[in-house]
Amino acid sequence: MTKGKPYDDIPGTIIFDSDQAARGYALNQFCISLRLQANRDAYAADPEGYIDKFSMSAEQREAALGQQWNRLLELGGNIYYTSKLAAFHGINFQELAGLMTGKGSVAYREMMISGGRPIEGNRYQSEWEED
Amino acid sequence: MARITSGVACSHVPALGVASDSGIDSDAYYAPIFKGFEFSRQWIAEEKPDLIFLVYNDHCTAFDASVIPTFALGCAAEYHPADEGWGPRPVPVVRGHQALSAHIAQSLVLDSFDITIMNEMEVDHGLTVPLTMMFGKPDQWPCPVVPLAVNVVQYPAPLGSRCFALGKAIRKAIESFPDDLKVCVFGTGGMSHQLQHQRAGLINSEWDARFMDLLVNDPNTGSQIEHIEYLREAGSEGIELVMWYVMRGALNETVEEVHRFYHVPASNTAVGHLILENR
Repeated sequence: MTKGKPYDDIPGTIIFDSDQAARGYALNQFCISLRLQANRDAYAADPEGYIDKFSMSAEQREAALGQQWNRLLELGGNIYYTSKLAAFHGINFQELAGLMTGKGSVAYREMMISGGRPIEGNRYQSEWEED
Repeated sequence: MARITSGVACSHVPALGVASDSGIDSDAYYAPIFKGFEFSRQWIAEEKPDLIFLVYNDHCTAFDASVIPTFALGCAAEYHPADEGWGPRPVPVVRGHQALSAHIAQSLVLDSFDITIMNEMEVDHGLTVPLTMMFGKPDQWPCPVVPLAVNVVQYPAPLGSRCFALGKAIRKAIESFPDDLKVCVFGTGGMSHQLQHQRAGLINSEWDARFMDLLVNDPNTGSQIEHIEYLREAGSEGIELVMWYVMRGALNETVEEVHRFYHVPASNTAVGHLILENR
């Protein structure tokens, strides 16, 4: 990844830019293939056999099979794609967010109902490092 | 001649489509949101646009990672609701307007906007949820729609200033179409939200309010908001809001804000909604 991007200092955020898109192409195409029922059936029947049709790296493959949601984003996945893999596992968007934040879905839902994650203290990486 | 009389800004949170389709739109969680659109449904029934020009983004449905057009104009006779992984939404097929689409496509390219032409395209919740919010559950959508899909998934989305300028070019195109059509322009997506990684759930209501104020009253300033500000202040997916500037560019410099609604949350997102009339 090119160094010194203006958004590098936003905490807890992976910007899906062209470097990430290039890195995650096969991974994202795998995820989006699960939009279709026939492919979901094939993946359910033989996960390793199905995933090997996509030329992704060993770590991407492991993160996909292991449902490591943040790792998938770090390795070039985009949330609109990885959410299709989550849906395959019966995880909806809000539950997925609960998992990625480490809060769990109940606490996350509560946070959203009480107004969401505030912007104060969440603009810069440095604000997270102070904790 | 065709003319643009109004604009609508509206979030397109997929959960709102699910709530409408499964009949839970009046439960404690969703009722306050749908109530915010009661005025809007009456307003549009009285406004009766002949056509909606609808700016939205596709969520890796019509376009996967293999093709990513920045601006893609629908030029088809109809657009079917897509299967996004849990079956297509049970909503009517969206009728297009091929003659107007063809006219806009030609006008935009000659006006230096090199858009992509889509003669076949399925449409996802980005397009159908705003129709649901504005029209409820009719057997047929009351008017044809010309869709414009904008890439906001892979960074960078087009600049706010470019979207604003595109809106002006769309207005020029529509107003040079010979048929007598009353057009309403929809800008969809937003408001502040982040769907991914550890900062997911970010909501910045103060920023959202300022964004709407600038959009309505000082769009020349608001359209200059830089990408880094959207990402930092409105969240990684809040950058969808550039699409509201296509709508705003298609309206008069001075508009009347006839309705504003804001609510937190719908799923992971702040819901924002405006109705603007040309003055």
